[in-house]
Amino acid sequence: MNNIIVLPMIVPIITAIFLVFLRDSIKLQRIVSLVTMIFVTAVSVALLQLIQTEGILRLDFSGWAPPFGILFVADSFAVLLVLTASIVTAICLIYAFSTIGPRHERMFFYPFVLLLVAGVNGSFLTGDIFNLFVCFEVMLLASFALIALGGEKFQLREALKYVLINIVASWMFLLALAYLYGTIKTLNMAHISQRVAEVGQEPILTLVSLVFLIVFALKAGLLLFFWLPGSYSVPPTAVQALFAALLTKVGIYALFRTFTLMFPLNPEVTHTLIGVMAGLTIIAGCMGALAGQDVRTIATYNVVIGVGFILLALAIGTEQAMAGAVYYLIHDMLAKALLFLIIGTMVLLTGEIVVKNMSGLIRNYPLFGWLYFIVMCALVGIPPLSGFIGKVLIGQGAVETGSYVLLALGFGSSVIVLYSLLRIFLASFFGETSISEEEKKPIPRGAMVSFVLFALCIVGLGVGAEGIAVYVNDAAYTLVNPSVYVEAILNTHE
Amino acid sequence: MESLMIILVGILVAIATYLILSRSVFRVIMGTAILSHAVHLLLLTVGGLKKGNVPIIGQADGAFTDALPQALILTAIVISFAVTAFLLVLAYRMYLTNGTDDLSQLGGKSDE
Repeated sequence: MNNIIVLPMIVPIITAIFLVFLRDSIKLQRIVSLVTMIFVTAVSVALLQLIQTEGILRLDFSGWAPPFGILFVADSFAVLLVLTASIVTAICLIYAFSTIGPRHERMFFYPFVLLLVAGVNGSFLTGDIFNLFVCFEVMLLASFALIALGGEKFQLREALKYVLINIVASWMFLLALAYLYGTIKTLNMAHISQRVAEVGQEPILTLVSLVFLIVFALKAGLLLFFWLPGSYSVPPTAVQALFAALLTKVGIYALFRTFTLMFPLNPEVTHTLIGVMAGLTIIAGCMGALAGQDVRTIATYNVVIGVGFILLALAIGTEQAMAGAVYYLIHDMLAKALLFLIIGTMVLLTGEIVVKNMSGLIRNYPLFGWLYFIVMCALVGIPPLSGFIGKVLIGQGAVETGSYVLLALGFGSSVIVLYSLLRIFLASFFGETSISEEEKKPIPRGAMVSFVLFALCIVGLGVGAEGIAVYVNDAAYTLVNPSVYVEAILNTHE
Repeated sequence: MESLMIILVGILVAIATYLILSRSVFRVIMGTAILSHAVHLLLLTVGGLKKGNVPIIGQADGAFTDALPQALILTAIVISFAVTAFLLVLAYRMYLTNGTDDLSQLGGKSDE
């Protein structure tokens, strides 16, 4: 029992409500929201330390002992993601300060961002699958509002499609929950795991797990990513970066929890299917990234490739691959946010979205150009940067289990990522500059600060991988041995 | 009773699917609302439609009804209510700015 577990969700919600009353004092809104996110980051660091000393933490709301009540569970995997999500949001807020404009700020931009983070953190921390649905909805409603904020023609159009798809996915989630409750009469994730282990994973349970697979695949953009390129390219840049970093990752987290904790017993069906879907996702994402003409499309298809790559690790399923997946998830959240911020700033500076129409940006903005180079190297997996370790570990896991097809797909996708991003680098950053000195727009200082902070995080994660290895290995160990998690929740009979 | 409920759920899902596949945005929203009701009924049904006492300790002995599906439905109804309200406002705004409520005319990016 530890009350600070609830802080990463409850503090953003309370400040979001508080900020609604500060609508006209934009300065105060900025300060409060940034301080909130820094506070949540500090709390998650403290939680991470606490888990190392005390094992998996849990908080039973109102003292209802599991499996009867709702609970929050903090294990290393969840808290690492909460920490990364909070850092990403804090830095994206710094970017938003100088770029989002007073019109958005007055229309409750900061409260919506905080509610989004509350939903994301809640989804990571919850130990009850119905509560996961509720946190998903909190997150999705905030994201609906953030996509539509601004009220442009194309924004409203894409927002409507995004909302409709997510509503249908949510009702499928409820459908799966109904069948799950009907079959094993419990919704506590640890208890489900125990019951499934007791009765064996019958065909009906495998079917339920497959419905969960469809739902979370829709949320994560695994194979069912048709909605993703449209809705990720319409909101303002800071929102795009938040979406790219957070939304699909929640779906990925849910998939990991579902298929390592709750339904791990029938891997011939479920894990094979996940492997096939991940492979197809990578192929389709690569085709989209190669065919894309405008920078935003290329960036969104890179999100799709990232999702496929992380889920390869779930299909492989060894401890090493899991550790790789945790590293890669953290890396992907940081790097994709930076990629989207830089791409959005490129569009802002030149007013163009097609790769070929931009040229010579590095002459006007040298630091900006080299930051793009860093994020490109990180996404491809060049050694000192953050993507490397995740790729190596997932690759090792693939070799261990002999899944050479997945290995080839995963590493082949790196080449495509390199090609698609290098195309932007060569065409848009090098060559004759199309912007003269007089009409050169300055990059806002806040935006530059956020780029540098993200770049520092990426380099730090790559160089300091040893430092977080303890936590990552702990997370991977818990993922591969779900009994640790179940023990921590259900041993209440003292 | 359970079979009757399941058939009802099936009919509702069929109607909802028909509505969601239509072109007018308003019909699609009606479809999602009906779909949500169908799923709520399903949640109630799979919990088992038992007759029994209220689930309070010390009230009476014998069978009692499972309160959990009802708690779940209550939460789900609130969420679906919020989402439907948001969706209706969004669809209205979209109709005003895009000048159409026909989903087939809300296609790709080429028109900007």
